[in-house]
Amino acid sequence: MRRLLRRPEAGAFFAALLVYLFFAIAAWKANFVSFNGTAAWLDTSAELGIMALAIGLLMIAGEFDLSIGSVIGATSIILAIGTNHYGVNPWIMLAVVFVFGGLVGLINGLIVVRTGLPSFIVTLATNYGIVGAALGFSRLLTNTTSSSMLTTPGVDFLFASQWGQANIAILWWVLLTLAAMGVLMRTPFGNWIYATGGNIVAARGAGVPTSLVKVVIFVVTALAATLVGAIQAIEFHSGNAANGQGYVFQAPIAAVIGGVLLGGGYGSPLGLFFGSVIYGIISVGIFYTGWNTDWLLLILGALLLAAVLANSYFRRLALTTH
Amino acid sequence: MAERAPLIELRNVSKSFAGIQALRDVSIAVHAGSILCLLGDNGAGKSTLIKILSGFHPPSSGVIFVDGAETRFSSPREARGLGIATVHQEVGTIPLMSVARNFFLGAEPTKGWGPFRHLDIARAETIALEQIRGFGITRVTNGDQLVGTLSGGERQVIAIARAMYFGARILILDEPTSALGVKEAAKVLTLVKTVRAKGIGIVFITHNARHAMLIGDRFVVLNQGGVSAAFNRGEKSREEVLNLMAGGKQTEQIEADLALFEEDGQGAL
Repeated sequence: MRRLLRRPEAGAFFAALLVYLFFAIAAWKANFVSFNGTAAWLDTSAELGIMALAIGLLMIAGEFDLSIGSVIGATSIILAIGTNHYGVNPWIMLAVVFVFGGLVGLINGLIVVRTGLPSFIVTLATNYGIVGAALGFSRLLTNTTSSSMLTTPGVDFLFASQWGQANIAILWWVLLTLAAMGVLMRTPFGNWIYATGGNIVAARGAGVPTSLVKVVIFVVTALAATLVGAIQAIEFHSGNAANGQGYVFQAPIAAVIGGVLLGGGYGSPLGLFFGSVIYGIISVGIFYTGWNTDWLLLILGALLLAAVLANSYFRRLALTTH
Repeated sequence: MAERAPLIELRNVSKSFAGIQALRDVSIAVHAGSILCLLGDNGAGKSTLIKILSGFHPPSSGVIFVDGAETRFSSPREARGLGIATVHQEVGTIPLMSVARNFFLGAEPTKGWGPFRHLDIARAETIALEQIRGFGITRVTNGDQLVGTLSGGERQVIAIARAMYFGARILILDEPTSALGVKEAAKVLTLVKTVRAKGIGIVFITHNARHAMLIGDRFVVLNQGGVSAAFNRGEKSREEVLNLMAGGKQTEQIEADLALFEEDGQGAL
């Protein structure tokens, strides 16, 4: 039992259980515990969860990325303008946006490792820059900053299939979480991610290519943002350059609730999964209770504070002897 | 010992950074199965010397010999490849990672093939435990225990055991005992002796003359970038060594000044 409690995801798992039971009872009459009720919060958790997973990996490696919001928005508007305004095949446009996302991550990563500036400031700057460019160019090209998107059945299937109200994004989220678990726990690269965030001097001393590790995770994070942007654009058949800004802080909040240390070096994909589950249950659950949704932010704020306190407790527990 | 070439030797090595001379004409030799203590106050040039020995900096002038052959390290990696391992105070291990993951960091054992190649955690844990047990740490029974749960001395032992496992012939220990309590320091000093018995050449850097005198075979005192004294075990007393480290004549001068000041003070009263 103590061994289980020492795991980084322990706190998030029990918190998720508690939050679920709370809303299961409070919103019982509104059918929160039903297939559609479950699908509703899972849909929210999934899109946030993909983002939180990537941000969480980056935080474990000791960095941060605020530019994800702008990549989500830019992805959706590029897809929309490309397919609708210029009539380009949606598959080709998908390739274009993933190249675009990869480049943004590469630029973020290279600036951070070359200059040694805090990633918080660097990615804040790229976030504003990309949102501004996306708004400006879409206005210039189409005279509007939002546009509908054209898709094909294949594209729809891959990014926007639904089973009842459950989106295929849930499957993407679960698969990516499993992949991240595999990489972090079972590969040398995963070891390097923890080491880079845990003590970069020691990691370098042991021969870990810490700059490469950081750049790769920045690219992965930007690609995750591209995926979420694409899922949203295809789901709603529309793009908007201003989309995605909500994730800039929701994703790190979910990551911290999921047990990732702000200082780096500690956390797990399973914890990030449960962090996003908690966020999804609360933000959807409150609608089901029928309460005024103004309280949502208050609850999330309190939860974030509680999570940070719980994390420092669990980390201390992890550092006690067996 | 004299007929065998030293594992590593610096001959008349100097180093300057942007016109400031950090090392002046330093010559040292490290022999197999022997402990060379580098003593010196802060700013005496110890760090620069470590960086030259471990391949971070090339010397501005002078020559490095490894096994009697003239060598120029192009990188720390190359120095490591020749069996020169550096264990730094405090920065050697990562607290929130397990013993096994720390032990194999940067050289993780894998199994499987192609895309299925993955960490062999079980093997990493077995070997890491075996190695640190060999150096007397029996309190750790699980390879997945976090290093943060261990004491400062135990962390030093892990770092040293790791260097040994990966084939170190020359071990550079940078202030390995300075952050430790008495008991912990004793553990580490005993371990250093064990390592010497295995025929490893050790460079023990410290400003703690007592620790150095307990285990050292040869002593080099650095002062303002130059060698101010070099002697063998038993040739000097601890007081003499402390005096040398503090700058010899300078200390005597300070003492004389203080004595004068006290006399003056009393006179004025």
